[in-house]
Amino acid sequence: MTIAAPIIEWLLLSPLLVLLGGAALGVLVEAVVPRRSRYVVQAFLATLTVIAALALTITNWISAEPTVAAMGSVTIDRPTYFFWSLLLLFGLGGLALFAERAVGDGQSAFASSAATVPGSPLEREADRLRREHTEIFPLLLFALFGMLLFASANDLLTLFVALEVFSLPLYLLSGMARRRRLLSQEAALKYFLLGALSSGFLLFGISMLYGYSGGFHLYEIADAVTAGVGSNYLLLAGMVLVAAGILFKIGAVPFHSWTPDVYTGAPTPVTGFMAIATKTAAVAALLRVFFVALGGARWDWQPMFAAVAVATMAVGAVIGLVQSDIKRLLAYSSIAHAGFLLVGFVGVVGAGEGVALSSVSAIGFYLLAYGFATLGAFAIITMVRRSGGEANTISAWRGLGRTSPLAAGLMTLFMLSFAGIPLTGGFVGKLVVFASAWEGGFGWLVAVAVLFSLVTAYFYLKLIVAMWFTEPVEGESADVATPSPWTWSVLVVSALGTVFLGLVPGGVLDLANSAGLFIR
Amino acid sequence: MFNSIPLLTILALLPLVGALVLLFTKGHIGKLVGLGFALTTTLVGVLAFVLSRSSGLIESTPWIRPIGAYYALEFSGMSAILVLLTVILVPVVFIAEWNVGERPGSRWSTRSFFALALAMQGLALYVFMASDVLLFYIAFEATLIPMYFMVAGWGGDRRGPAALKFLLYSLAGGLVMLVAVAGLYAVGAEQGQISFLFSDLAELDLSGTVGKWLFAGFFFAFAVKAPMAGLHTWLPDAAEQATPGTSTLLVGVLDKIGTFGMIKVCLMVFPEASAWATPVILVWAVVSVVYGAFMAMGSRDLLRFVSYTSVSHFGFMVFGIFAMTTQSLSGSIFYMLNHGLSSAALFLVVGFMVHRRGTAEISAFGGVQKVAPVMAGLLLLAGLATLSLPGFGSFVGEFFTMAGAWQRYPIQTAVITIGMVLSAVYVLSMYRRTMTGPVTPQVAEHIRTDLDTREKAAVVPLIILMLALGFFPTPLLSVADETSVAVMSSSGVTDPAPLLQEGN
Repeated sequence: MTIAAPIIEWLLLSPLLVLLGGAALGVLVEAVVPRRSRYVVQAFLATLTVIAALALTITNWISAEPTVAAMGSVTIDRPTYFFWSLLLLFGLGGLALFAERAVGDGQSAFASSAATVPGSPLEREADRLRREHTEIFPLLLFALFGMLLFASANDLLTLFVALEVFSLPLYLLSGMARRRRLLSQEAALKYFLLGALSSGFLLFGISMLYGYSGGFHLYEIADAVTAGVGSNYLLLAGMVLVAAGILFKIGAVPFHSWTPDVYTGAPTPVTGFMAIATKTAAVAALLRVFFVALGGARWDWQPMFAAVAVATMAVGAVIGLVQSDIKRLLAYSSIAHAGFLLVGFVGVVGAGEGVALSSVSAIGFYLLAYGFATLGAFAIITMVRRSGGEANTISAWRGLGRTSPLAAGLMTLFMLSFAGIPLTGGFVGKLVVFASAWEGGFGWLVAVAVLFSLVTAYFYLKLIVAMWFTEPVEGESADVATPSPWTWSVLVVSALGTVFLGLVPGGVLDLANSAGLFIR
Repeated sequence: MFNSIPLLTILALLPLVGALVLLFTKGHIGKLVGLGFALTTTLVGVLAFVLSRSSGLIESTPWIRPIGAYYALEFSGMSAILVLLTVILVPVVFIAEWNVGERPGSRWSTRSFFALALAMQGLALYVFMASDVLLFYIAFEATLIPMYFMVAGWGGDRRGPAALKFLLYSLAGGLVMLVAVAGLYAVGAEQGQISFLFSDLAELDLSGTVGKWLFAGFFFAFAVKAPMAGLHTWLPDAAEQATPGTSTLLVGVLDKIGTFGMIKVCLMVFPEASAWATPVILVWAVVSVVYGAFMAMGSRDLLRFVSYTSVSHFGFMVFGIFAMTTQSLSGSIFYMLNHGLSSAALFLVVGFMVHRRGTAEISAFGGVQKVAPVMAGLLLLAGLATLSLPGFGSFVGEFFTMAGAWQRYPIQTAVITIGMVLSAVYVLSMYRRTMTGPVTPQVAEHIRTDLDTREKAAVVPLIILMLALGFFPTPLLSVADETSVAVMSSSGVTDPAPLLQEGN
């Protein structure tokens, strides 16, 4: 008996392999590089790895034809390249926030020693020795690897493995905050438990779909749906459970309850990275699974997702109104934005002849614009501090426009982009997502979405008003720390990106449009 | 020779560049630089107006190709008139508000006020010149940002909530319009035409139910902007709390976007839906006219008073627009220009009074004409222009609107005449209560000076312009005619035949 060697398209898969290799190398660095120089070495190694992966993705995008790779478990088509580029870009931004040490007096946002009990002598000892966790960089690379795989998985087993690969590092990273460690650990535990539950849902759904179609590959399921064989109940149940698993990662209602706690508890750089990268990966996977494998059954799932979208926008927008903590506010804002993304998703406008704007390209553009604003906003949050820690209450931000107009001005720009005010990327993102949803016959949903946009605009404005139009509260006002070039680069790129996407979105939209078609 | 120069882009960008430059200047120099930019914009605007008489000024380049958006500007008819209004009002406001930043309670300097006003002006110019719906929409929404900061930055104690109310109302209107813009795109894509150009959209078949909904979306946004009764409550609050210069730009320029959009978008793109909605809108307009007039009569606050006269007059413009005759449309467009000038004059003179007296309560004044005769005289002239006395341009506008509308809707026109009568009542009674009678001790104590040269320099040109338009309306009326003829032909409506033939 001979066993055929698996055929691996090394070049096509190189971005994944580079990330995995860089992460493994990072683990090695932990062992051999002296403690003093480890932080710098790790930061640069990780940055180079992501840049290399991005460069390889782009060269492949230009030269290679879309194809299914690695024995049918990964699809490398144009949407893959587009979402990979987005993820790697957000990964770079996340890295820069991870590497920032200037705002916290030379200490990162991560605990000196996450294994110590909060408040124990061991912790104080680690603080005194100025220990720091440099494992955060390999962890981020592992997470990024998992996200890329998640966005390109062509069979449901790969999808599940990828989900676990990117989730585990994130659970860990969430629990490593330097300040308010108990809160951070609680958040990590909550995230882990609920995440494990949702993984269970996903796995259960996968098994049902396997039972329905007899295969794990997306095209096998698609064929079964088209042929109409098997039990319809299995299909519906599998569909709902798989949706639940992925919607958890997106943070859609009713699977959103982890979002506020984890956003608040996790170290702010992790929150920033997670807020946009997890969402991007999960939305990419959602698009692929439901458009490719279950596209034939879309009459069954469109109403369900429309309902989820309305509920998500409502919860995010309405509960966001009463938040007084900025990270919680942005958590509810991210829930609302998940709803807006789902509005674009339910339209199911496929790319092709005569279609100007497919759902995939509209959502891709939205994610890019949202990502710039998210990374920028969290970068500012890391800078606004009081007595050694971040000042996250809105009351601490009062009068910031007077004390540091630059930081307040940038935050205002990002808030306006979140709110979808014209001349920012967020506006064009909303416009294309809504236009594609209407194209797909969901005009009423667009009207609802716009209503909730108005509600969300109110709480973004609340922050703007606090910064520019109120006087600082004595003893509660925050200072803005001067960051290192790491954070500056995030701020500059985010601000320029937000304005650029608002003024001349044509090129990026063209690019997204060319990436609108999944292959099977 | 001018075709190679993007004159319209220069015109719109000039104030925006000016706003940026002001950020990097200091103190008194900054104010002069701001005025310099405003006056240069006026010159370029007038130059563009003169040039547009001989050859059409048009710019068009693809902007966002995948969704068919163009960076397209045009300068003709109604656009030209509203651009003129905008470039005239801004320097006038600058002169009138020369010291706004030095007053107690101001949040920022005068220079910042000028910078915001210039930014608002540039965006408003884009709105008036856009010939692409997306560009129009973006500029429309973007004007809110500087205007919000202008209301919130200078003026009364409760200006923060007033600014927020203004912003939320306008955002609500704008977002409803966003739904309509997205829908317009989707309908276009369905019919195989992906373009946001007004000229292409006018070709679409929008006679169905979807067309009516989209029309309603646009109209709602414009009805909030050009406040119609029921959607107007943000205006009196904003006008009461903002500094009079801000209110001038708000009512004079920004609110005109509402009536402008009704003609440019509602009538031109949705002729069928417009005809379908006309009966309701006409009644709504009549209600606005009468309601605004009664509220003006009952106002105890001078600034609220002026804003209610505007509600009444905007109802009048909307009436002329939807009466759909060449005459009423031209009259309405001409009236937009004159209302901009007269409300500016009224707001500014009232502002000078309020600044001296320290309160805007009408009952706090009395006998002012003995103390400050020039101020009283200018208030009277501005008031007479507001009530459309023959000789002022506003009379011509009102007359044409009524004459045009009478041919088709005699009953509504008759009701609206009540509004005209009431306008004489409220203007003259306001004048009587504040200016005539014995000088009260408080007035004698607070109002010690008459208008100075700067204040006169702000208001007198407005009065002269209104008189000039009143006596020689033809040049600008013929410009307004261009638009109304185009609207009539594109919507396929013809003027009713005159009852009496000439020469009978």
